[in-house]
Amino acid sequence: MFSKLPSAARRVALSFLLLPLAGCNQLELMNPKGSIGTQEKDLILIALGLMLLVVIPVMVLTVAFALRYRESNTRATYAPKWAHSTGIEAVVWSIPCVIVATLAVLVWKTTHSLDPYRPLESDVAPVNVEVVALNWKWLFIYPDYGVATVNRLPIPVGTPINFRLTSESIMNSFFIPQLGSQIYAMAGMETQLHLIADQAGTYAGRSSAFSGPGFSDMHFDTVAMPRDQFDAWLRQAKSAPSVLDQATYRSLKEPSIKSPATTYASVTLGLFASIVDQFEAGGMPAMALNNQIRTPQGPVSRRNN
Amino acid sequence: MLGKLSLDAIPLHEPIIMGTGVVVVIGGFAVLALITYFRQWGYLWSEWITSVDHKKIGVMYFGLGLVMLLRGFADAIMMRTQQAMAANDAAGYLPPHHYDQIFTAHGVIMIFFVATPFLLGLMNVVVPLQIGARDVAYPFLNSLGFWLSAVGAALVMVSMWVGDFAAVGWVAYPPLSELGYSPTVGVDYYIWSLQVSGIGTTLAGINFIVTVLRMRAPSMNVMKMPVFVWTSLITNILIVGIFPVLTATLAMLTVDRYFDMHFFTNELGGNAMMYINLIWIWGHPEVYVLVLPAFGVFSEVIATFSGKPLFGYNSMVYATCSIGVLSFLVWLHHFFTMGSGANVNAFFGIMTTIISIPTGVKLFNWLFTMYRGRIRFHSATLWTIGFMVTFAVGGMSGVLLAVPGADFVLHNSLFLVAHFHNVIIGGTVYGMLAGMNFWFPKVFGFKLNEFWGKVSFWCWLVGYWLAFTPLYILGFKGMTRRMNHYDMPDWQPYLLIALVGAVIIGAGILAILIQLRVSIRDREKNRDLTGDPWNARSLEWSTASPAPFYNFAHIPHITSLEQHWEDKEFGRAWRPASRYEDIHMPKNTSAGFVIAVFSFILCFALVWHMWAIAAIGLLGMVGTFIARTYDRNTDYYVPAAEVARIERERHALLAKASYP
Repeated sequence: MFSKLPSAARRVALSFLLLPLAGCNQLELMNPKGSIGTQEKDLILIALGLMLLVVIPVMVLTVAFALRYRESNTRATYAPKWAHSTGIEAVVWSIPCVIVATLAVLVWKTTHSLDPYRPLESDVAPVNVEVVALNWKWLFIYPDYGVATVNRLPIPVGTPINFRLTSESIMNSFFIPQLGSQIYAMAGMETQLHLIADQAGTYAGRSSAFSGPGFSDMHFDTVAMPRDQFDAWLRQAKSAPSVLDQATYRSLKEPSIKSPATTYASVTLGLFASIVDQFEAGGMPAMALNNQIRTPQGPVSRRNN
Repeated sequence: MLGKLSLDAIPLHEPIIMGTGVVVVIGGFAVLALITYFRQWGYLWSEWITSVDHKKIGVMYFGLGLVMLLRGFADAIMMRTQQAMAANDAAGYLPPHHYDQIFTAHGVIMIFFVATPFLLGLMNVVVPLQIGARDVAYPFLNSLGFWLSAVGAALVMVSMWVGDFAAVGWVAYPPLSELGYSPTVGVDYYIWSLQVSGIGTTLAGINFIVTVLRMRAPSMNVMKMPVFVWTSLITNILIVGIFPVLTATLAMLTVDRYFDMHFFTNELGGNAMMYINLIWIWGHPEVYVLVLPAFGVFSEVIATFSGKPLFGYNSMVYATCSIGVLSFLVWLHHFFTMGSGANVNAFFGIMTTIISIPTGVKLFNWLFTMYRGRIRFHSATLWTIGFMVTFAVGGMSGVLLAVPGADFVLHNSLFLVAHFHNVIIGGTVYGMLAGMNFWFPKVFGFKLNEFWGKVSFWCWLVGYWLAFTPLYILGFKGMTRRMNHYDMPDWQPYLLIALVGAVIIGAGILAILIQLRVSIRDREKNRDLTGDPWNARSLEWSTASPAPFYNFAHIPHITSLEQHWEDKEFGRAWRPASRYEDIHMPKNTSAGFVIAVFSFILCFALVWHMWAIAAIGLLGMVGTFIARTYDRNTDYYVPAAEVARIERERHALLAKASYP
């Protein structure tokens, strides 16, 4: 019966060892298309590697000890009273301590360098995109160009994209796996995310926080294209048949599933800000916390740390 | 009078639900008819329903967990089937509203009505025996706590056929769970089932803290408590610390939904982030509530079956305590992606990685318990070794998720789903099943069938890895959780493998049922005459199997951490006493059951806004409780002669076992 255990353990170990190696092209997170995603991939591999330094020996030793000290193996030493060794205890406390100390430094550094609110350093001027999670579709507003799209996100390659996000009502999480970090989109609040696509291509984007019946269809294509193509797309968008004014927005925010990708030639000025501020209109002063979160510089209250 | 309840609430148009309903109704009637036919109502009432014996309450908790495991697993296999089918935007066979209820119910049931009853059941059976006590500190409260948990489970089950269940995910984040976006009674069922079972769990927590602190046998100082008692103590301290937070959080959601208040709404200054923080201030320590008792089980099992004392007992105790403290300092890692500043995220990330230190130490200690032992591969040993291998990976994926930069891409993905199943199945479930195989003879007097025990272990082990390794990989493929269907064809092969894995886990569950059936059939062959079938080390093995209702004829005097082992070494074990004394015991009471029945009426009425009936339920609960407080007839003495008779029989059996 026990001959099975090593094979089970080996399979476990192998699947995890091979996971980063096995066909990186097929694993979206191991095949990132932007610098944030690349840094996160490296971080995952480094952290995994560090931990495997302990986890593999533990798994191997578990199986090895189980076999070596099985009851039928009477040649193995039996120490029925042995239950303490200061030396071993010092080692078993210090090994995880060392690993965790290393991880802690890594966590501290990367959490700051990969902070979603941190603007990317680049010679190229960033493109701003305002993201609104609607039920159940994504609205993207390009305030620099006065155009907007639904369920399709064209962006220029090699250009930092500064996202500012909110939600019309239900919380969602905005996630383009191959570009890197996700961030929540929450009603009455604004969050920020900074991503970049370094290669042209079409990358799946979706919501990763469950938001109700239409959640599964809340996906969109992120189309990263060279700057000239992006400019061409902008020109084309400017001549799109529909515009996003208050009336269009009112009908757009009605719940719908599988909304087709749409382009709007123009957007009412300040639409995004009015969506963020929609709950202030009732005349009730919102709580101080909300006020602080909505300052243009970002969530001040959550930055005072 | 009936509030929102009408015939429309019964989902007649849902063939899957109604089909299940028919089966449950027929099965239920069959059980009731059989009980009546065999005239077992009196026995059930006096020996089980009104019992305050901690061992019987423990068994009932375990039974509740097993029944709900079947329901939770049915949900699981339906989800796996749906996702295996619904590629390329195919609809699958479950419409979103039904599917969304299933994944919500699956999470709620597995955490609150499977894992929690399992661990409370095990603690009930084992803790008083391990500390040399005759019962828990508050036997009536114990009975009440169990029945309140059962009411919570019953409410979730009823929601399937009367109305609907929440379709919002198992932690019910607002604003989705607010009235505006979840107008049906589903979230109300969720709220009241968790509130009533949460009160039961809190009562159990208080009870066990007092039991462990006040009822240990003379001279058992805390550093002579078995590790399972230690992990139980810390678990219950966590329960008492966190369940009031859950109660308060759900109460705020309740007044939002019932009285148009705005704690967590979008409008009028409500803030959903508050709910998310609060629910995880409960939720993260809850994870350790689930896993610490399992750590205790593994510590007992590995020492017993290695034929050695547990390596590094002191380390084990310190590690358990530090996990308890640290568990309160990590909740924010459940939402690194909510936009907190880098300093906040880094702090909680680092705190979380620090928890892996004591956990790692525990793994090493079990490892060195095996070192230079004589390991017997009982099924409980297999569960333990399977746990050590499986949990090591689960811990690693957990630490990876604790690194904010990695969590930014892994959050809410199937990697996360795989991680928490890795630690909950590989930790809690393996631990509870190890515990069942280990302590079963102590309660029932006969051992469980080993063949089917091992079959169930291998099915669970292989099934777990087959079901969840693909989900780890899918997380790296960017697949997020809770999807009803998807447009990525290359996800499907992984989901098919996961379905196969889930089916194998199902075979493991079936094997447990067969194991119970076969063991009951062969019980005479597998009698445990000595009370110590595994040549074990702690106090519970010094008394008979099944343990007499008073546990110990004489409260043992403690001189060693491994009292029973030391007694055996020095030839002091199992000596008949020269004289016996009257034993003071609590009397059975129906109050716990009656209060729980009224609480069901209250909660069901509140779900449906039936205010008059709710008032009846509340008055019934309070009235029964007051009546109980005036009941002075709550205890009795077992005469010394009766004790002597029971002990003589026991020693006759012992003699038979020693000289076959």
